[in-house]
Amino acid sequence: MLRFLVRRIVLGILVMWLITLAVFALFFIAPNDVARTLAGRQATPETVALIAHRLGLDQPIWKQYVDFVSRLLHGDLGYDYYHQTPVTQIIGAAIPITLSVVIGGAIIWLVMGVFNGVVSAVRPRSFIDRSLTVFSLFFYSMPTFLLGLLLLYFFYFRLTLRGITIFPAGGYAPLGEGPGQWVLHMVLPWFTLALVSAATYTRLTRASMLDVLGEDYVRTARSKGLSERRVVMRHAFRAAMTPIVTQFGIDVGALIGGVVVTEYVFSLPGLGKTAIDAINLQDLPVIIGIVLFASAAVVVANIVVDLFYAVLDPRVRLH
Amino acid sequence: MALLEVRDLSVSFHTPDGVVEAVRGLSYDVERGKTLAIVGESGSGKSVSTQTITGLTRGAQISGSALFNGNELLGASASTLQKVRGAQIGMIFQDPLSSLHPYYTVGWQIVEMIRAHRKETSKKAARARAAELLGLVGIPRASQRIDDFPHQFSGGMRQRVMIAMAMALDPALLIADEPTTALDVTVQAQVLEVMRTLQQEFDTAIILITHDLGVVAEMSDDVVVMYAGTVMEKAPRRTLFYLSHNPYTKGLLASLPARGGRRGRLTPILGTPPSLIDPSERCPFAPRCPSAFDRCWHERPRLDPVSHDAEHTSACWLPHDVAGGLDDPVPARGGSPVDVNPAPETQEESA
Ligand SMILES: Nc1ncnc2c1ncn2[C@@H]1O[C@H](COP(=O)(O)OP(=O)(O)OP(=O)(O)O)[C@@H](O)[C@H]1O
Ligand code: SF4
Ligand SMILES: [Mg+2]
Repeated sequence: MLRFLVRRIVLGILVMWLITLAVFALFFIAPNDVARTLAGRQATPETVALIAHRLGLDQPIWKQYVDFVSRLLHGDLGYDYYHQTPVTQIIGAAIPITLSVVIGGAIIWLVMGVFNGVVSAVRPRSFIDRSLTVFSLFFYSMPTFLLGLLLLYFFYFRLTLRGITIFPAGGYAPLGEGPGQWVLHMVLPWFTLALVSAATYTRLTRASMLDVLGEDYVRTARSKGLSERRVVMRHAFRAAMTPIVTQFGIDVGALIGGVVVTEYVFSLPGLGKTAIDAINLQDLPVIIGIVLFASAAVVVANIVVDLFYAVLDPRVRLH
Repeated sequence: MALLEVRDLSVSFHTPDGVVEAVRGLSYDVERGKTLAIVGESGSGKSVSTQTITGLTRGAQISGSALFNGNELLGASASTLQKVRGAQIGMIFQDPLSSLHPYYTVGWQIVEMIRAHRKETSKKAARARAAELLGLVGIPRASQRIDDFPHQFSGGMRQRVMIAMAMALDPALLIADEPTTALDVTVQAQVLEVMRTLQQEFDTAIILITHDLGVVAEMSDDVVVMYAGTVMEKAPRRTLFYLSHNPYTKGLLASLPARGGRRGRLTPILGTPPSLIDPSERCPFAPRCPSAFDRCWHERPRLDPVSHDAEHTSACWLPHDVAGGLDDPVPARGGSPVDVNPAPETQEESA
């Protein structure tokens, strides 16, 4: 178990190192005038010179790379000349927003998807199974921005026209300033994210459950005289969880890097929106910072998934 | 009254290809403390019939009756069946690895069984009982191995775990569906021995499903020979081995190799089992039967007594041999009634 953990972490570090190489090659070596690009469009020649010096562009390339990595290791993602702030500060402000959207949305889609999937699998081809399939495919086939706009239309615009305002039109209210406002600001983004993803989890759970329900050990559980509920939950679902957990970890890891469309529709200044804005401004330091953070999130999520896998399945744990 | 009386059991499945009549009018009795062997080729409905009795068949049309201790099991409520399963009827299956839950320790799985039916049992007491049971089925260092997972045991040990679990609540009936087929030969004999010991200790009745006439010879009191979902012949073990009436049974017996030869699974008789989708009015064995004559193709034979032994019935139109007797010296149970070597040497696995 320990060896397994160490191997996964070493592998994760290796992947992160490759990513720094790629980022370095893409952003520092490829463009001709790094200092110019980094400084942004309105920078004065003095700023450009200062940046060139600060980046040590007069140094040999390997030295530049070593410095780049050692700054990263010290948690320094560089300075954003456009906003006159350190990049870590910009990203630091965006992370809680994206995390709020992703974690809330993920919990909702997981609960919905797993619940619907289990119900469908217990009664395959029944009316409830078919209804849930139609329901989830309906949202699945809807583009996120359309779903977001529809939710805004019905739950903000139409309600406000009638003088009832429950949900705001968008924006973010920090959790620190009271959970009530935070939740109200988050509900629509959460459901936008969750309804689109729930279908995937419904289908995944259903397929996994149907698989497991046909296993010999489920027949054994029934032959022991356990209640059907216990057979389904303790025996079948316990084993069916593994692929769901894997998918969930990977999806959440990928989204932590930014939920672009949802953040845009609801004017949430999370990582996705920050990244798009930075791309529009050619604000390189921020782009690099977000790319690195997003990659790290994916790498960490993968390690967590593997750990979970080992916790769930004793056959993995013991080898 | 027998412990289990199965009468006219029929089970059919609606499939896209048509209605599969897996079991057609099956009847037999299981006496308390006795072993009934059910033999027959693959697909003859052995598993479906026994699983139907305990309510484990899903999506099937079922008719007939199965009286267990005088209570009807077919069509019984889910809660009635739950009380019977495990507590009064224990079951073990062919593949002990896939039959145990891979994510739970063997101790947990046995404790769950005990506490599902005896809610007043404390966790500690149930655990102690589980360790005791594991010791009883011959698992060394049982009190330590109780916290191991199924994949940490060998095939034979896993099947012992299954037996321990099935016997945990001292059921009146144990249904063993090919309990040794997936095991290698030396282990087979040991597992059968464990079953026999427990049977004697707890006075359990056993339905033993098998392909292996050697196992039948060693273990059974009575034998049911199934073909295409029905009983071809039913008799006490010795009668069946010495005075079989039905050509199908004779075919099975003839397929046993001479003493010392290799003992394989039953694929003795030329031809393949009939499609269960086409229930024509004839003897189901007619297309493969060496003795088939006109009547066999037009009328389905009934299961009728065929010898002095009232317990001996056969479904076949051939003349009933009522002259036979049991005068020959017959080996005791566990011995070798025909040229079957009960201590098996090699086993060919067709799985
Ligand atoms: N759920 C089902 N749907 C359709 N057909 C089924 C179903 N379950 C079993 N059958 C069919 O019923 C027949 C009898 O199957 P069963 O498993 O009882 O045979 P068996 O005698 O136990 O054979 P084996 O020795 O291979 O275990 C087979 O032809 C099988 O294909
Ligand atoms: S009834 Fe006819 S076909 Fe059937 S087993 Fe007897 S002899 Fe053979
Ligand atoms: Mg079977």
